[in-house]
Amino acid sequence: MQSVFTGPIYVVRDNIDTDQIISAQYLNLVPTIPEEYEKLGSFALAGLPDSLYKTRFVKEGQLDTDYPIVLAGRNFGCGSSREHAPIALGSAKCRIILAESFARIFFRNCVATGELYPCEIADRLCDVLKTGDIVTVDLDAATVTAKETGKVYSFKPLGDVRPVVDAGGLFNYARKTGMIPA
Amino acid sequence: MTLTEKILARAAGKDRVQAGDNIWVKADVLMTHDVCGPGTIGVFKREFGKTAKVWDKKRIVIIPDHYIFTSDSKSNRNVDILRDFVKEQGLPYFYDVIDDPDGTWKFDASKGLLNRQYGSRYAGVCHTALPQKGHTRPGEILFGTDSHTCMAGAFNEFATGIGNTDAGFVMGTGKLLIKVPETMHFRLEGKMQPGVMAKDIILHCIGEIGFDGATYRALQFDGEGVKSMSIDDRMTVANMAIEAGGKNGIFEFDARTQEYVDARCQLNGTKATYEPVTRDKDEKFVYEHVVDLSKLEPTVACHPDPGQRKKAKDMGDVKLDRAYVGSCTGGKTSDFIEFAKILRGKKVVIDTFGVPATPEIVHELQTARWDDKTVWQILVDAGVRMTENAGCSACLGGPVDTFGRINQAGLKCISATNRNFPGRMGDKESQVFLASPATVAASALTGFITDPREYLS
Repeated sequence: MQSVFTGPIYVVRDNIDTDQIISAQYLNLVPTIPEEYEKLGSFALAGLPDSLYKTRFVKEGQLDTDYPIVLAGRNFGCGSSREHAPIALGSAKCRIILAESFARIFFRNCVATGELYPCEIADRLCDVLKTGDIVTVDLDAATVTAKETGKVYSFKPLGDVRPVVDAGGLFNYARKTGMIPA
Repeated sequence: MTLTEKILARAAGKDRVQAGDNIWVKADVLMTHDVCGPGTIGVFKREFGKTAKVWDKKRIVIIPDHYIFTSDSKSNRNVDILRDFVKEQGLPYFYDVIDDPDGTWKFDASKGLLNRQYGSRYAGVCHTALPQKGHTRPGEILFGTDSHTCMAGAFNEFATGIGNTDAGFVMGTGKLLIKVPETMHFRLEGKMQPGVMAKDIILHCIGEIGFDGATYRALQFDGEGVKSMSIDDRMTVANMAIEAGGKNGIFEFDARTQEYVDARCQLNGTKATYEPVTRDKDEKFVYEHVVDLSKLEPTVACHPDPGQRKKAKDMGDVKLDRAYVGSCTGGKTSDFIEFAKILRGKKVVIDTFGVPATPEIVHELQTARWDDKTVWQILVDAGVRMTENAGCSACLGGPVDTFGRINQAGLKCISATNRNFPGRMGDKESQVFLASPATVAASALTGFITDPREYLS
């Protein structure tokens, strides 16, 4: 399983709720219908106010993002229980969310769908790093390294969450481990 | 154990559980709607097979309510996906928009947004409809694919929102692995003063602990003060546990709970037996707060999150563009009556929208008379745009043709709904201020955020 991810980060602040991750108007798309799953990705984080976030997470007309890693402040994913939120980010080819803290249902949905690795980091990196900075996230070591400064930051190891996301979500994990029949 | 721990222990078949335990619990009811139902069904079929059957037909409740009165073709299709599944599985509790089980749903925009466009079984907003239709019972476990599922905690049950994948799992197995939350204790004392409503209680509590102050936690509301709170009041409070990040909110069981639940189960012919949970002496709380209801004042949560607490009386300089009363938390009969008390005989000065949560509430407002007029007529005469199309409507924005949706940047709206993150009611550069229906009413009369006590006669 891939453990090391390197790429540019997309930086957001506190309280990024599910409406900002995937606006309610796109909830008419059903994530289990393949072409609608793809489309959800194109709208990932499109609910962020343009006045605060000049750079779009997914460029106009694209399906995928250039940022495989999102860096956030407190309470990322608060608000609704819509699973469309982690799915939109995953569909856009984002793999990792580094946040100071996560809202409960969003965290759970990341794991259940296997779309994203939700990593909790104590340092308030959203005040230190900016969108476009290159970082390397090592899930085994539970560290983030900023390329420009060479500084290394630790995050809370994923623990039991890791193998579930590695397997591709709750059902795949349950089958793999014999919890439910294959 | 706390109320939440007692219900979870019972559902897990254990004598005791404590905060932090990971346990498998049996679900009593699984609720889903038009926004997350099609995806849940998709997960269920993908994982359990195309011909799989749900774990228990009588324990699944499907309530289309989110994107109903819109010409958006995918939204209309999503209601049809639910109907096909219900037919295939033979599910008894489906509150369809149309009466024809073989029909398809298509909203007719030419009939306008205000006039009723639904059949006899349509139930409106899921969280308000669940108790009305006899699906909330004390001591039970309710999972729903919607974050405001926690509203049913008003009935002394454990109710929480889950995602499609978890819901697909419950649909197939009737079980879910969950973590027992720590409990935060809010003891309510005294009685609310005139002009103060249940919304002010919960906005006060969220302001106290912050927008994420209850993350992964249960909120328990009890004490003398609860006795004076109606069922509607308790629902308003429990509904917004999630706005502080809470897993669930829960109230004690009393005679009012029993009376309401028994009447509703009987009326609808749903399961009428249940076992409430009562408080133990050895409850362990991670946080305690006493709320003196008699000291609360009309409260507002400012843009951009429900934790931005201020007093209405200190916000008179905030100029508004529109006002909105509706949603699960703020569109109940009692909400509209308080709304009407302040607007009666006066005229609103900004665009004002009223969306009852359920058809039953529409009926009540159109039949309850105050002197020579119905409550509905009083509101219409005051200039409120009242729609008969009960549903979630603009509380969460929705498709662009949704009634009351904010489709213009820069607008400021005062709303009796439950969430105000950027873009919640439409345009992502608009702002939403949360308040009680009374505060919304007073503000609609002046065009500025206004303390409703100025209008009490």
